Amino acid sequence: MPSVTRLLDAPAMASTLSDMANRVVERCGGTGGMVLVGIQRRGVELAARLATMLSKPGAPVPLGKLDITLYRDDLSTIGPVPRVGETSLPDDLEGKTVVIVDDVLYSGRTVRAALDELADFGRPQRILLAVLVDRGGRELPIQADFVGLTVETGSDDRVDVAVKELDGRDSVELVQGGPL
Amino acid sequence: MTDAALGKDLVGLEYLSADQIRLILDTAEPFKEVSERPIKKVPALRGKTIVNLFFEASTRTRISFEFAEKRLSADTVNVATTGSSVSKGETLVDTARNLEAMRIDMVVIRHPSSGAAEFLGQRIRSNVINAGDGRHEHPTQGLLDLLTLRDRFGRIEGLKVAICGDVLHSRVARSNIWGLLKLGAEVAICGPATLIPREFAELGIIILPRIEDAIAWADALNVLRLQLERMQAGFIPSLREYNRVFGVTRERLARAKKDLVVLHPGPMNRGVEIDSDVADGPASVILPQVTNGVAIRMAVLYLLAGGAPDWRATPQADDR
Repeated sequence: MPSVTRLLDAPAMASTLSDMANRVVERCGGTGGMVLVGIQRRGVELAARLATMLSKPGAPVPLGKLDITLYRDDLSTIGPVPRVGETSLPDDLEGKTVVIVDDVLYSGRTVRAALDELADFGRPQRILLAVLVDRGGRELPIQADFVGLTVETGSDDRVDVAVKELDGRDSVELVQGGPL
Repeated sequence: MTDAALGKDLVGLEYLSADQIRLILDTAEPFKEVSERPIKKVPALRGKTIVNLFFEASTRTRISFEFAEKRLSADTVNVATTGSSVSKGETLVDTARNLEAMRIDMVVIRHPSSGAAEFLGQRIRSNVINAGDGRHEHPTQGLLDLLTLRDRFGRIEGLKVAICGDVLHSRVARSNIWGLLKLGAEVAICGPATLIPREFAELGIIILPRIEDAIAWADALNVLRLQLERMQAGFIPSLREYNRVFGVTRERLARAKKDLVVLHPGPMNRGVEIDSDVADGPASVILPQVTNGVAIRMAVLYLLAGGAPDWRATPQADDR
C-alpha cells in the first residue's frame, strides 16, 4: 500500500507562496521589468497567485504561460497521445526579468525545455526559476532561485501538487511506495 | 486515452473515430499560435526526415505541408513526378522503398490513383500521410474544413453543411462527408445529376438538386472546384450554363434567411462555381481555411511522429 504524507495544506501553501513572493521582490529589488511565466499546467496557476501578490495598483506584474511539450526531448517515449497546451507570452521579453514558475522541480528537463522555448521568443535580461517543491533527483545542471519547500524523495515516489483552480483543493502530498 | 492514438498512417477520415478526429482538431489549436510567433518554429520533430512525394500537381497542399514540416523543425525533401525516376517508369513501391533505404521517417503522398496512400502505407515502415489520392480522400483538407467550421460556429454537431458542385470527382467531398457525419453534422450534397453519386444517399446524406435549396437549408456551403481536368466529356453543358444554374453568387446568398459561411478548398474557378463577390466577401472563410491548413498538418505530423512505430492503424476499427 502506498503511503501519503501531506507536506503542505492550504494555509501552509498560501504562506509558502507569500514567502516566495517576498524573496522574489527582495532579490530583484522590486517588480519593475518583471514577467512571471508559469509552466503548464499547475505552474500557470501558481504564477497567477504570485502575480496577484506582487502586483500593486497601477503596477501589475505581467503573466505568461508556457507549454513546453513541443520542446521536449522525448516525443517518441511520452506515449501515443501527447497533449499540447496553450502558450502565451507578453509581446516583448527583451531586457525583462523573467521568473519561470513551476510546481515541482525534479529532473530539470522541463526547465531546460522552457529555457529553450523562451529563447525563441526573445532575449530577457535574466531568467530566474521559482518552484513550490524541489524534490531533488536532477539529471541536468539546473537549480532553482526560489524554493518553497525542499523534500528528499526516491525515484519511485511522487510529489502531487493540487491547486484549487484545477483540483478543487490546495495541497502538496508525497506519495511513497507505488501508485495509488 | 490511448484508444484515441492515430496509429501509423493517415489515409482517410473514413478510418478514424470521432475521438481521433477531435484529438487532431484539439491538437491543431496550439499550433495556430506557433505560426504567429516571431520565430515560427518549435523543435518537436527535430531530426525527423519527411519526403513529400507528389505525383500530381499541387501548390497549396504541398506548400502547406512544407510549412508545417519546417515549423516543426523536420528535414524535408520534395519529390515531384517530373524530373524524378517516376518519369522513367519506376513504380510507386520502388520509389518509396528507395527513399526508405535512405532512412526517412514519413512520407506525404499525393497520387492520382484512389487507394495509393493505403497501398504505400502497408508496404513501408515510415508513416504515410495521404495528401489526396484520386477520388478517394484528402483527409487533411477535410480536417482543416472541420477546424474552420468549428472556429466559426463553436461546434460541428448539429451543423447543416451543404457540399456543392463536382462531388463525383472530389476527394475533398468524401473526406468532408466522413468527418462531418462522424462529428454529428447534417450533410447535404448539391450539384448537377451527372456529378452527384446517388449511392451517397445510403449514408444518410440529403441530396438537393437546386443550389437555391442548398442555400436555404444550410449553415455553411462547401463549394467544390469543378475538376475540369478529370472530365473528358459530357458532365456539364458549358461553364456558363453551370454558373447560371449552380454558381454561388451574391444574389443567391442575399436571398438566404441567415448569414451563410462559404468554404472552398481551392483553387477556385472564379465565375464558374463561385463568384468573386462571394469569394472575397464577408461570408467567405477561404483564407482562414488556408491558415488552418498549416496548423492541422502540424498536428497530424506531430501526432503520427509521437505514436509508437508499431501501432497498426490502417484501416482502423470504426466507432460509428
